[in-house]
Amino acid sequence: MVIMEMSEMLTWLVPAPPLISFFVIILFTSRHRSMSHLVALFAMGLSLLFSWVIVFNALSTDHFGEHPIASDVGWLPTGDTVLRMGVAVDPLTIVMLTFVPLACFLIILYSVGYSNFGKGRDQRDISGSPPHHGVEPMYSRFFAFLSLFAGAMLVLTVADNLLLLFFGWEIMGLCSYLLIGFWYGRTYDDKFQITPSGAAVKAFMTTRLADVIMLIGIAYLYFEAGTLNFREIFFNEEIMKHLLESPSLIGGMAAAHFIGLLIFAGTVGKSAQFPLHVWLPDAMEGPTPVSAMIHAAAMVSAGVYMVIRMFPLLNSGGHGSPALTVMAFVGAFTALFAATIAVAQNDVKRVLAYSTISQLGYMIAALGIGAYVAAAFHLMTHAFFKALLFMGSGSIIHGVEHGMHQTNDKLDPQDMLNMGGLAKRMPTTYWTFVIGGFSLAGFPFVTAGFWSKDEILADAFAHGHWWVFVVLLISAFLTAFYTMRQISLTFLGDARTESAAKAHESAWTMTLPLVVLSFFAVFAGYVGVHMDFPVLGAMLGSNPFEHFVIGSLPHHISGFEFEWTPVIFSVVAGISGLFLGWLVYGRRPLVIGQQDPLVKVLGPLYGVFANKYYFDELYNVVLVRPVKWISEVVAFKWIDRVLIDGALHSVANLTMKIGSVAVWFEKWGIDYAPDKFGDGVRFSGQSFRVIQSGRVQDYLNITLSAVVVIGAILFVILR
Amino acid sequence: MSEFILHITSTLTVVTFFPLVGVFVLLLINKEKKDLLRWVGVGTALLTFIFSLVMLGQFDSQDAGMQLVVSETWIQIGSNWSIDYHLGVDGLSVLLVLLGTLLTPIAMFASWTAIEERVKEYMIFFLLLEVGMTGVFLALDLFLFYIFWEFTLVPMYFLIGIWGGENRIYASIKFFLYTMAGSILMLVAVLWIGTVQGTFSYTALVSMGNIPLGTQRWLFLAFAAAFAIKVPMWPLHSWLPDAHVEAPTAGSVILAGVLLKLGTYGFLRFNLGLFPDASHYFAPSIAFLAVVGIIYGAIVSYPQKDVKKLVAYSSVSHLGFVMLGLFALNDLGIQGAILQMVNHGISTGALFLIVGMIYERRHTRSLDEFGGLWTVMPLYGSLTLIVVLSSMGLPGLNGFVGEFTILLGAFGSQALGSYFYSIFAALGVILAAIYMLWMFQKMFLGSVSNEKNTLLQDLNWREIVVLVPLLILIFWIGLYPSPFFNLMSASVEQLTAALDFGTALVLQ
Repeated sequence: MVIMEMSEMLTWLVPAPPLISFFVIILFTSRHRSMSHLVALFAMGLSLLFSWVIVFNALSTDHFGEHPIASDVGWLPTGDTVLRMGVAVDPLTIVMLTFVPLACFLIILYSVGYSNFGKGRDQRDISGSPPHHGVEPMYSRFFAFLSLFAGAMLVLTVADNLLLLFFGWEIMGLCSYLLIGFWYGRTYDDKFQITPSGAAVKAFMTTRLADVIMLIGIAYLYFEAGTLNFREIFFNEEIMKHLLESPSLIGGMAAAHFIGLLIFAGTVGKSAQFPLHVWLPDAMEGPTPVSAMIHAAAMVSAGVYMVIRMFPLLNSGGHGSPALTVMAFVGAFTALFAATIAVAQNDVKRVLAYSTISQLGYMIAALGIGAYVAAAFHLMTHAFFKALLFMGSGSIIHGVEHGMHQTNDKLDPQDMLNMGGLAKRMPTTYWTFVIGGFSLAGFPFVTAGFWSKDEILADAFAHGHWWVFVVLLISAFLTAFYTMRQISLTFLGDARTESAAKAHESAWTMTLPLVVLSFFAVFAGYVGVHMDFPVLGAMLGSNPFEHFVIGSLPHHISGFEFEWTPVIFSVVAGISGLFLGWLVYGRRPLVIGQQDPLVKVLGPLYGVFANKYYFDELYNVVLVRPVKWISEVVAFKWIDRVLIDGALHSVANLTMKIGSVAVWFEKWGIDYAPDKFGDGVRFSGQSFRVIQSGRVQDYLNITLSAVVVIGAILFVILR
Repeated sequence: MSEFILHITSTLTVVTFFPLVGVFVLLLINKEKKDLLRWVGVGTALLTFIFSLVMLGQFDSQDAGMQLVVSETWIQIGSNWSIDYHLGVDGLSVLLVLLGTLLTPIAMFASWTAIEERVKEYMIFFLLLEVGMTGVFLALDLFLFYIFWEFTLVPMYFLIGIWGGENRIYASIKFFLYTMAGSILMLVAVLWIGTVQGTFSYTALVSMGNIPLGTQRWLFLAFAAAFAIKVPMWPLHSWLPDAHVEAPTAGSVILAGVLLKLGTYGFLRFNLGLFPDASHYFAPSIAFLAVVGIIYGAIVSYPQKDVKKLVAYSSVSHLGFVMLGLFALNDLGIQGAILQMVNHGISTGALFLIVGMIYERRHTRSLDEFGGLWTVMPLYGSLTLIVVLSSMGLPGLNGFVGEFTILLGAFGSQALGSYFYSIFAALGVILAAIYMLWMFQKMFLGSVSNEKNTLLQDLNWREIVVLVPLLILIFWIGLYPSPFFNLMSASVEQLTAALDFGTALVLQ
């Protein structure tokens, strides 16, 4: 009991330190660099500590899923009910609490080195542009934003209702805007290259579009269910029955599923699923720790977490609900679609960006076929190895940039064709990157990525979702291939530029997080090995992950029998992809000036992949330009100026005509005297110059006469 | 005599008329002593704000009815029939009174250096304007209400016409005539009610409540004509951008912050309160226009090159939300609408202040002139970002709470009977992000492209002082809105109960 109470209090405290740290840094320590990062690190460390105490307590509680932690306060009185805001921790939250704070902490630590702490200010540097060789000019602000980002993610993680979750969700959207556009002053010579500020707006707008659809879903859910608290909805048979039986706006679909789809739209934006994936690759314009934050620890994970959270609603009425089918389709398609693009990218971070989209597709597809546990499992392992890979790529870029400063070359430090041979120069980065890459590729039995990916494939296979199985298998093969391509192009062979030859290993603040994450990228998978897997299954405690996480659901969902066939398929896909990648790129690494062999093999397809299927161009033509045209020409010019104001001016002119007739009538008809009231009617015309001529009293006369008229009317009526 | 003193010292009388004391003092001061004039003006407004806090202290949020009522026969006409000096405050008006008394000193303080010409008249007009605004929110006699309502036009007209921009004459006339045209119809309706029902008293009329539906419709439309122009509802909005662009900064703050709320408050108090059946009858049409306004205002904001015009058009969109909430005719919708009135006053008020700050430095408001300002003026950029986010409804800041509550209300509204109002209104939320972020990007992001912007000074202490109270409210309402809702909930529930009772009659 005491433990539960402590956990309850700690849950409220989990998101608090980073949020407080944001304000502390902004308000007090913005001029002291070391203070700023110490505050951020200390706060994040505190969150990490609180989280892990909660995790530890939960793991040592039997049947934790039946007695989750929950606590709330009234927030918005809405007539007869009160919308309450609170925190809750159930097994699914525990999963998040194990990796989110850890990843955030490591990212903040990494940022110390990344922002060149310890070096002096370079005189050439200005705020809003990347530093040349000195410390980041807006050092403190960077840590403040990262803290806010982490705090928002933790709010989302411990939220007990959709509204509070949405708070965290949107504040993260804001942080992504601020951080992607952190170097807001940066502009490029190439006008068509997207700038950080452009990418920031694009990210925010795309996700916001999705968020508003989600917000409609939230309103709809509140309308139908009368509450937004997860547990109150999912564990209440009556509400669930009502949701399932109410017809929705779309004929034939249950309200539960329609609401589920509206909310899923939020995930499509946040987790960059097709067709709203376009913002994520451009988000690479932000500093690399931000990319790690967005791609692993926080933003995209939040999207997947949210649909996993909403699974009971999406799944209501049993398997094959239309909502889940849509998700399976979107997820599987995205997984393959993004993997093909990743194959033809040369920017070291963009490869990873598309890989993230692809892996998120895996999770969405997994959820779509009902593989609840596998989706959560892959979410966790992916966070570890993707955070590792991103920070690794940041280390690589940093290394190359270091070389550039010595050679004074001007080249793109992110282009893999400018690298090569970095293994010798940056050994820690190299080995950790290989571990992360192999985990992503699903190298059998020894990497975490293998176990989680295998579980998704096995589930698809066992439940007969053939096309999902095949699509994901092909994606797995492509994933392994482009990972090996990336490792080879970056690290193997000889340096293809002077700068790459002069690169050197990054500071310990950057490499330590890599080492820690490599540990998890290998071992995190062993908590979720299928219980019937020969030897390992029993040895590792019969899949403790599944037993624990399943407790979050109101009803148990069926597991599946262990089978060898999908395992063999997934082993073959991973290994053959890696091997092919090695054959093409690793065996005889590219030399200076040599073309990517893929260009020849794929022919015109390569161009399609490299240009991301031309989606940016398409959206520009069918969405952006028409909206601009409507707002500038149709709405503003035609309707507002011509139609509405035009009508108004005609009325005014008409009044003026009547007015002049009245004046004429008074002047010639009544007593020749220019009456003040008659002048007043002429106000409606442009001839009005009362103020300029200083005849302020004219106006008062009119008001006075108006009052007299009103009084006269009154008097007549009252008589 | 003692009774007279009792009335003159009653809280609401003081809150309403205290600015007149300042006006008299100002009249006695030499017009060349500009700083003294400013201090007296701002000081009076500040004291008025403090008095309104006293009013808040005396306000009982559990009581749904009229409180702190002052009632005295003003003009006796006939034997049993009079125009009364009748003031009172309830949950529907208390926040709006506070909004007005808060924004007035802020707006006046913000004009410290911007206004150098005719300081004396400026301060006097501002204080007179405050009397009118507060009077509108507090008046419970229909005729008294009408007088205050028209009275607000005069000082605003001069504020635009004398201290405005180049095209101020056109703008002030458009503003004046347009709003006056609407009010005439309301006057007719007020007189009709007074003669037929035998009283101008709002509270008496509400308790009588036996106007037949057919008549209610006509009266509803007559009142709506005045209020819809003031709000302004689409397509009656075209006076607003012109008035805003030409008005001096402080004038815009009050115009957007408080004067537009006179319209929405009018709908809330009189249309919903006096004509419940007609409100149900017209709810879908009004909500339709509101939604059109939400989307239209947002779309038209985007191509604006003048920052102030952009903000002005965004008001059309935001006020559309308020109207949608009001005519959801349920607790959630109306509570959200009232809060959104306050929110809009805070956020848009702050935006106009912010535009004014850069205008004072550069004497231009054209988006094309700016870029990269965040590098030059970091504090200014950061504070602007907070206000921009508040205005576009980011959760955690005030705008979201209002919009979300309104969307919830409209979604569940039986009076509207369709989800689609909410769904299309939500489109406005997306569009708001487009034009707001566009503005922020054009002004603050990128590299400093214009030579003239390189040496701009960041905010001074006076400008910070002006913005801080608004920023505090932005966070407070965004994070913990309960105290604000608690102030209004009892009165709103009473109103919706009456509205539902109204439908019961219609159905019979």
